Order: sequence, then structure tokens, then C-alpha cells
Amino acid sequence: MMLATEHLIIAPILIPLIAGALMLLYDESQRKAKLGISIGATIALLFVAIELLNRSKGSPLSGGNEISFYLLGDWAVPFGIILVLDRLSALMLLLVSLLAIPTMIYAGANWHKQGQHFNSMFQFLLMGLNGAFLTGDLFNLFVFFEVLLAASYGLLLHGSGQVKVRAGIHYIAMNLAGSLFFLIGVALIYGVTGTLSMAHLSQMVVNIPESERPLFHAGAAIMGMAFLVKAGLWPLSFWLPITYMASAAPVAAMFSVMTKVGVYVILRLSMLFFGLGAGASAGFGAEVLIWGGMATMVFGMLGVLGSQSLGRMAAHLVLISSGTVIAVIGLALSGGGTSMLSGALYYMVSSTLATATLFLLIEPMSREEGGIAAMLALTADAYGLEKDEDEDEEVGLAIPGTMTILGLSFGVCLLVLAGLPPLSGFIGKVAILSGMLGVGGLPPYLTWTFLAVLMISGFATILGLVRIGIQTFWASDSKPPKVLAMEFAPVILLVLFIAAITVRGDSVLRYTDATSRALHDPLIYSVGVFSSRQTIGTEEDE
Amino acid sequence: MEIVLSAAIGVFAGSGIWLLLRPRTFQVIVGLILLSYAVNIFIFSMGRLTIGKPAIMPKGGWVNAAEYADPLPQALVLTAIVISFATTALFLVVMIASKGLTGTDHVDGREPYRSGETK
Repeated sequence: MMLATEHLIIAPILIPLIAGALMLLYDESQRKAKLGISIGATIALLFVAIELLNRSKGSPLSGGNEISFYLLGDWAVPFGIILVLDRLSALMLLLVSLLAIPTMIYAGANWHKQGQHFNSMFQFLLMGLNGAFLTGDLFNLFVFFEVLLAASYGLLLHGSGQVKVRAGIHYIAMNLAGSLFFLIGVALIYGVTGTLSMAHLSQMVVNIPESERPLFHAGAAIMGMAFLVKAGLWPLSFWLPITYMASAAPVAAMFSVMTKVGVYVILRLSMLFFGLGAGASAGFGAEVLIWGGMATMVFGMLGVLGSQSLGRMAAHLVLISSGTVIAVIGLALSGGGTSMLSGALYYMVSSTLATATLFLLIEPMSREEGGIAAMLALTADAYGLEKDEDEDEEVGLAIPGTMTILGLSFGVCLLVLAGLPPLSGFIGKVAILSGMLGVGGLPPYLTWTFLAVLMISGFATILGLVRIGIQTFWASDSKPPKVLAMEFAPVILLVLFIAAITVRGDSVLRYTDATSRALHDPLIYSVGVFSSRQTIGTEEDE
Repeated sequence: MEIVLSAAIGVFAGSGIWLLLRPRTFQVIVGLILLSYAVNIFIFSMGRLTIGKPAIMPKGGWVNAAEYADPLPQALVLTAIVISFATTALFLVVMIASKGLTGTDHVDGREPYRSGETK
């Protein structure tokens, strides 16, 4: 039994790897079996994530932060690759598995028939995501990034077609160049410090000699570029709307967590390397994150207002969401206080769930009118011209009351993304703002600029989404689209998740609060990781 | 040796970036390959440049750091080569698919000029 609990940390990487590899043995005609395996694997992932989340809370004895670790190859700490589980990674693991189950079910309705090996690639994507959240080693992070990117290339192209291939070329070229940046950054950091372990680095940052420090900063900045490309920071984000629009609905829903990988790494590394205790390096890059994040919010906002289709709008909403979190990370780096970051984590979870729901809603919403329901203005009265041709081919249970359920789910997304009460988006934004205003550790002009941008972006979200909502649900008099139960179930599941984090808002916020406090004290992480030395046998100590 | 190595990295990176910004997919992919060469040599050089030094620990377990080549960047570079090779191959496939689907090798999937105009 002892063995099993110890090895649970690597389970989020192994489960999708094995499931994905297993499904390669089945050919495309055995879709039911494949779907069964992948749903089974994602449910197993969910249970593992919940268990790991509970473990990361630790006991009062350990100060409420339990850093668990898994030594790959059993090397002593700074030398080998290590998997580290703390509160933040446990939270991200849970978010991924919460998203994976509904998207998997949704894809089972229709999408996975459009190409080969959808389920396997999906599992490999999960493996890359989970690995990136768990690893405590910079180069290993690169490897997991490549795993998730390789899977995402395949998923983006799933279903083929001109639009996807065209978007795919840009996406792949962008990410290949990004990976090279990542490598240059890692190499520079290794050249200066001689280590790649995040925990070790965070302890070494203070003692880097002054002559070498600019080199270390350059390495971190170049590496940061790679993550900011993934996170979609403003000048680096032009690939994102096109890519997300081109990808299939369940893929886009899963991609909405992929921007959060970039955000996660930025958060993790800047808090470890450039936190308040980092001496001369403290707060490095904070301005870039603050202003870049706000520029991203403004860009996303303009995109939402200017979008003619729901897909493009949802992609820009992803930008607003990650821009907000990045700006808050920057503010936290320059002393914005812990409760603000805690609010941002909560906001990140709820907005990721909401954008994923929106991506899943897009396709059913625009189905009846041949894909133009969401088009506005000039084309508005032209709908109904084209019938969906493959509608007859669909098998499965179509349920009544379609428009009602679609409309209600859409309303939930709107409320969350715009940050209106009573749902979780409101709680998240209030937590960010009250944390920021309550601590008051920031210059006033920053506080008020951020507040204004956050408010206006919420307002723009309302405008954009309501416009589309009216067009689709009220002004449309055609008969409701046929939507399969297998497409409804995931949407409802996601809405239930949103409802759950709203109702249990206090316990989620308590969790993110402790997470944020732990992030502000990098010693918790590094000491936790180095404590693994004591657990190894004595002969390895020398 | 430093001069030669840094010149090589510089030439690879410079031509790689220039090609990366060109409009044809073939140029882009060659640019990416050249860039990855530059990055690989760069990673390698981060282990400090040494000639004729072993990267393996002698028996007994103690090494004189000055008489020793750092084996870690060599391992990193090996991983980086394999990964960039694989992803470049994948990009090549997408590139060919794009040529097949759109009938052009332009990165945007369409020619910037109309058929009547000269290029």
C-alpha cells in the first residue's frame, strides 16, 4: 500500500500514456472500445487528481503545505529529474481532468470519427499537460512541452481541411520557433548556474555574482518568450484566434487550458526566481507582465467587440482570461499581496471552464442555420439558406428543449466571463480587486489602470456575447437544431462544475489563498524538495 | 576556438531567422532547421569548451572540475536534437499537406499576387 501512495504522483503522466498507447492497437472501426478506454482513463485521472489535491493540503503540522516529490531514477535532489507536487500543480491537474472528461464525451458524439487516432492524441496531450504541471526540472519541462505540442499539432489538424492546415502551418512554425527560444533560455540559465532543478535555482538566485546576473536575466527573459507565446501575451498572440477558430470544437475546448500552461509556468518560475526574497533579481519582468497582460486584455476586448462570429469571440475571451491572470502575476511580483493572486487563481479556474463551455456550445448553436447563425449584421437575415447535410447521418438520442438548455448554458458562460453576480466570475474578480485594494502595496496609478481595464473588459464581454445571444436565441425563428444527448451532457457537466465552484466558493478560495501564500514563499517549495534527501538511504548522502 | 564556434552559431542563427521570415514554406522549414543547429551548438557550448577532457567520472568518484567535460549539456543536446528532428519532420508533413490542399507553397496558403500580375 505504501508503494502505491508513493507512486501516485507519476500516475497523471502514466495513465494517459498507457491509455493512449493502448488505443493505438485498436483500429478505427472499434470506436466504442476506444471511447470507453479514454473515458475510463480520464475518470481515473480525475480521482488521482482529487487524491493528490487532498494530499497537497497537508496537515496543520506541515503548515498546510505538503510538498510531495517523486525522484525519477532515484537520484539525489539537485542532480536527477524530479516530479514535484504542491498546491498549485495539484490545482492545475484537477482543472485539466475536470475539462478532459466533458470534452472526451463531447468528442465521442461525432468528432472523433473525422480523422484517425483522435483519442490517442488526446491522451498524449493530457500526458504532456500533466507532466508540465508536475515537473520540477527545467529541461524536463521542455520535454513535456514538446509532448503536449506534438499532440496539439495532431489535434489541431484533426478533421483536416484547408482552414485547419493553413492555421496549422502558422501554429507549428510559431511553436517550433518558441521551443528554440526555450532551449536558448534553458542553456543560458544552465551556463550561469550549473543546475536545472527549479528548487535548486530558486535557492541560488540570490547568490549569482553580479557579473553573471544579466546573463541569467537574459536567459530567463528568452525562456519567458516561449511561455508568453503559449499564454498568448499581446504582441505574441496573433496566431491564437485563428488557430482556435480553425480547430474542432472539443479540441478548442481543450486548448483553452493550453494557454494556462504558459500562465502556469510564468507564475511558477517568476515566483520561484524573482519573488520578493530574490535579492537583486526581485521583481524582474514584472513590468512586462503587468503592461503586457493589460495590453492583452485590451486587445482581447477589441477583438470581442469586433468579432462577427462566436468562434472568434471565444478565442478573444481566452486572451482576456489569460491576460488578466498574467497582469495579476506581474502585480503580485511587484508586491500586490497574496489575496490578489489567490483571486486570480480562482478566476483562472472559472474562466477556463467557461471558455471551454463556450467552445463546446458554438457548434450546436450554429448548426441549424448551416453555420451562419452566429454571423451578425448583413448576413443576419440570410440564415436558413443552407441545411446541414450531415444531420441525417447522426445517430443517437436527440433531446427536446434544445434551445432552452443551450440558451441557459450560454447565459452561464456570459455571466462567468463578464464577471456578473451571482456566478464564479464575479467572485473571482471581486477577490482580485479586494485583494489589490485591501493590501495597497502598489502604486495607485497601476491599481486604478488595472481596475479600469478589468471593468471595461467585462463590459465588452457582455456587449459581445449578448449581441450573439440575442441573434441566436431570440431573433431566430427557425426550428431548433438537433443536438445529441452526448453533446448536451458535457456542456451541462461543465455548467455544473462552474456552479460547484460558485457554491463552494469559500473552500476553493481558501485553497487558492493558501496556494498563493505558498507561492509567495519560495522556500516552502525548495525546502520541501530538498527534504527528499533525508528520505533517501544514508549511503547516497555523500 | 571560441571565435569559430560563436561565428558558426551567429551565421546559423542569422540565416535561420532570415529564412524563417520568408514567404515560402520550404524556406521556413530550412530556416527552422538552421536555427535549431544554432541552438544545439549553443547548448553544447554552455558546458564550457574543453579539448580532450573526459566526460566520465574516473574510478574513485572524485573529479577535478578543470580536467573534466560537463556531460549534462551533451545529454541535453542529444534530447534537443531528437525532439527538433521529430517536430521538423512533422512540420514537413503538414507543409506537404498544405501544398496539396491549397496548391501553393506560400505560408498563408494563398498567393499574395493575382494571376495576371508579375511576381
